[in-house]
Amino acid sequence: MTTRQITYLEAVREAMSLEMRENNDVFILGEDIGVYGGAFGVTRGMIEEFGPERVRNTPISEAAIAGAAIGSALTGMRPILELQFSDFITIAMDQMVNQAAKTRYMFGGKGKVPMVLRTPAGSGTGAAAQHSQSLEAWMAHIPGLKVVQPSTAYDVKGLLKAAIDDDNPVIFYEHKLLYRTTDDVPEESYKIELGKADIKREGTDVTIVATAIMVHKALEAASELEKEGISVEVVDPRTIVPLDKETIINSVKKTGRLIVVHEAVQRGGFGGEIVSVVAESEAFDYLDAPIKRLGGKAVPIPYNPTLEKAAIPQVPDIIEAVRETVKNK
Amino acid sequence: MMVKTLKLPEMITEEKLKDLYKEMWLIRYFDEKVDQFFAKGMIHGTTHLCVGQEASAAGSIAVIGRKDKIVSTHRGHGHCISKEGDINKMMAELFGRETGYCKGKGGSMHIADVEKGNLGANGIVGGGLPLAVGAALTSKMKKEDYVVLCFFGDGASNEGSFHESVNLAAIWDLPVIFICENNQYGMSGPVKEMTRVENIADRASSYGIPGKVVDGLDMIEIMNSVHEAVEHARDGKGPTLIEMKTYRWKGHSKSDAKKYRTREEEKEWREKDGIKRFKETLIEASILTEETAKQLQDQAYEEIEEAVKFAENSPEPSLDSLLEDVYA
Ligand SMILES: Cc1ncc(C[n+]2csc(CCOP(=O)(O)OP(=O)(O)O)c2C)c(N)n1
Ligand SMILES: [Mg+2]
Repeated sequence: MTTRQITYLEAVREAMSLEMRENNDVFILGEDIGVYGGAFGVTRGMIEEFGPERVRNTPISEAAIAGAAIGSALTGMRPILELQFSDFITIAMDQMVNQAAKTRYMFGGKGKVPMVLRTPAGSGTGAAAQHSQSLEAWMAHIPGLKVVQPSTAYDVKGLLKAAIDDDNPVIFYEHKLLYRTTDDVPEESYKIELGKADIKREGTDVTIVATAIMVHKALEAASELEKEGISVEVVDPRTIVPLDKETIINSVKKTGRLIVVHEAVQRGGFGGEIVSVVAESEAFDYLDAPIKRLGGKAVPIPYNPTLEKAAIPQVPDIIEAVRETVKNK
Repeated sequence: MMVKTLKLPEMITEEKLKDLYKEMWLIRYFDEKVDQFFAKGMIHGTTHLCVGQEASAAGSIAVIGRKDKIVSTHRGHGHCISKEGDINKMMAELFGRETGYCKGKGGSMHIADVEKGNLGANGIVGGGLPLAVGAALTSKMKKEDYVVLCFFGDGASNEGSFHESVNLAAIWDLPVIFICENNQYGMSGPVKEMTRVENIADRASSYGIPGKVVDGLDMIEIMNSVHEAVEHARDGKGPTLIEMKTYRWKGHSKSDAKKYRTREEEKEWREKDGIKRFKETLIEASILTEETAKQLQDQAYEEIEEAVKFAENSPEPSLDSLLEDVYA
């Protein structure tokens, strides 16, 4: 396989383009995804290649475009919906939660909704309370939806292919601050199975399960801690539904310590679920220290850059948490 | 003194017309300044500038009173300034300072001045329309006799919230005036491709209320039309949908290559500049001279410079404030 460095953003575009060249049923719809190239530039150049029939610029009508994606999926297409900011899922919520997620089950196993809703999440851009949220726990709570949170360009490409190939509605969260990060990515198409975690760094003293941008912060913390002789293992679940419980449990059995880190508000966040999975498993007997959770403060994301950073876990917070967790090692 | 030569609502005095002329410059200079700061990376986040659209804000708000309310949008600096907003607090907010309208927590998209009847800008397209209906409901239920001007864009008129709100206000005869600032585009979506009606105001008939298309760069027409709708609302006859045809001179937000429109089109609209037109009208009516006009414009510039100083000299919010104001 020939690989080269591309950005996370380019990996999203490449995965979509490869699928669209292969399969005429795959198309993309969303606001300003035509000549504008999407709010973050992800679809730039795609309307020129695929034309306005398959790169469909929509009005500002999130409920209708989500529903149109679902209806077209139910009848044979494989739509990719770009939702401009993940916060606007609130407007598409009825369609995603009451329709997309439930159709097959309600119909007694008939019909399927092979669609992907791609959307940028997270804070750090100064866009404030209504454009910075991390609401993945909401979606993970709904049976019938799958939820993906890639942290690297390599993972983006393989997971997006898996999401497009999947016969179920998949919510694909892209992190705004990761769009410009680069990684070695093969030119060919490849697939990363949904539900397979990735150990981003091996270690023996403590397991950090981190999602999306927090994977990078955890890795940074791990490099710092290595200097103090603390060996950190960083597990990236990559998809929270389905969740690779086995990899997480095995890692905790090995290290005996667990810290979970995500950007979303800690209260009711997905970290609580991960912690419960471990507490209910055989890894419980291996724990040598209380489990720790790091998540966003229970506040809307503020505008001021200093406050904005303080609202979510940062590298020093992770380092601090690890030190506390391993102190009686 | 009443203005004789111009047909205008009664409350629009000669003094008021001069104030309005200056106000339009305040709006323009404010947003020009913000544009420069963003270009230099001095402010973070994003912003939506209303340069070119000053008339729809200034003219509409000119004909309502202090107790009346407005609901604004993401492109809301003009609305705030016209509703007697404090430009120091606005600029400080953009700088993320403690003295800002939102104590540095909101930024450009969330500036609000509830005491003055500005129920806020909004980061959610179409997010303000239902709120305006609710504010008008209070006015009716508590017999407070205020009206609500609800601003929104052409793009917002394709959200479900637009249709649901106009219908609700219509069946309850609520005192709200829906003002669509049709600047021809959403972020990039041309209004011509995003709806099949010629005018967004045509949609009024679907809800059984009056609809009106107005030249959004003509201050006189704006003031008269909004005044008429306000009277209608105050008489208990319910909402009106007014569409103001206008144009944003700048890109949609911070980064916009403007590939979806031509430079020629931009030039055509710029030539129809609402401020220039208002000045010509006022000079013709002998209310302004070139000289007095220039003075007002310069005063506006000075005030914006002062606001910048105020913002720059204001303190950052304390870290403790992060957890404050989540609940009342
Ligand atoms: C619900 C929602 N969808 C999309 C956006 C992103 N967005 C912000 S402004 C905008 C365009 C709005 O167009 P219009 O209503 O015409 O107002 P204008 O920007 O032209 O003033 C879009 C798509 C948003 N903020 N909220
Ligand atoms: Mg518009």
